[in-house]
Amino acid sequence: MTAYWPSLIGGMLIGLSASMLLLLNGRVAGISGILGRLAQGTQMLPNAAFVIGLMIGPPLYRLGSGAWPSVTITASLPVITIAGLLVGFGSRMGSGCTSGHGVVGLARLSPRSLAAVATFLATGVATVTLMRLVAP
Amino acid sequence: MMRPARISSAQILVALQVLVALLAGAVFGLGLSLSGMLDPARVRGFLDVAGDWDPSLAFVLGGAVAVAFAAMVLRRHLQRPAFASAFHLPATTPIDKRLILGSAIFGLGWGLAGLCPGPALAALSLGLAPVMLFVAAMLAGMTLHDRLAARQPGGSR
Repeated sequence: MTAYWPSLIGGMLIGLSASMLLLLNGRVAGISGILGRLAQGTQMLPNAAFVIGLMIGPPLYRLGSGAWPSVTITASLPVITIAGLLVGFGSRMGSGCTSGHGVVGLARLSPRSLAAVATFLATGVATVTLMRLVAP
Repeated sequence: MMRPARISSAQILVALQVLVALLAGAVFGLGLSLSGMLDPARVRGFLDVAGDWDPSLAFVLGGAVAVAFAAMVLRRHLQRPAFASAFHLPATTPIDKRLILGSAIFGLGWGLAGLCPGPALAALSLGLAPVMLFVAAMLAGMTLHDRLAARQPGGSR
């Protein structure tokens, strides 16, 4: 269990961030939605500020712990490209991603978000499992 | 004689919103870093239920939803957010084909790379080429969707 404390506390910080955005700015902390509004040019300043803040997170972590968070990428560049296209296209089509549906939607007890989370978890598990079979 | 600069209350509200968004983004990015969710290997470990399963993501999601749920309860007692005129929450619409198909496509990409939009943007500050490539492809995918959806009447919100 002790190994999961950073995950739990990190998760609570994500929840705190979503709470701040909702109670103070009245906005849902959905990253794909924030990027979408940024691309459309609506609410430019707060959305750009959120994305800049997001990028300040890892240096803040480094300041506290002395090390950068680990990022291990095993996928090849063509797979990364296809994955990026699918993640971008899918999150717009499904009106949300792990933050919007997964954190805020579930906290709102939204049936749509529950259906979205169940769907992307299922296809995510299926994809990783299939890849393990193809290239163990 | 200098005229005192007049700052409207609307401008002050926008400035406060920007400050809140910057702070909320930093807290989100710090949370992602601390939880290990910046690491695609950890995320794929959670999705690898048939292999060496890593339950970390369940703790991240559990902690995040618990805190956000408290905020949702608190919201019911508030007329409006502190620095905006109204709460902007998505309208409750039925579960449709777009939601399911879109989420399925998202999950496929998420499983392939172990990256989703939040961690990918936060990890940009580490300056890794694959992460930059992923973000560029993700923005292209979003743009592609919005271009296609714009051609259909009543396509995307």
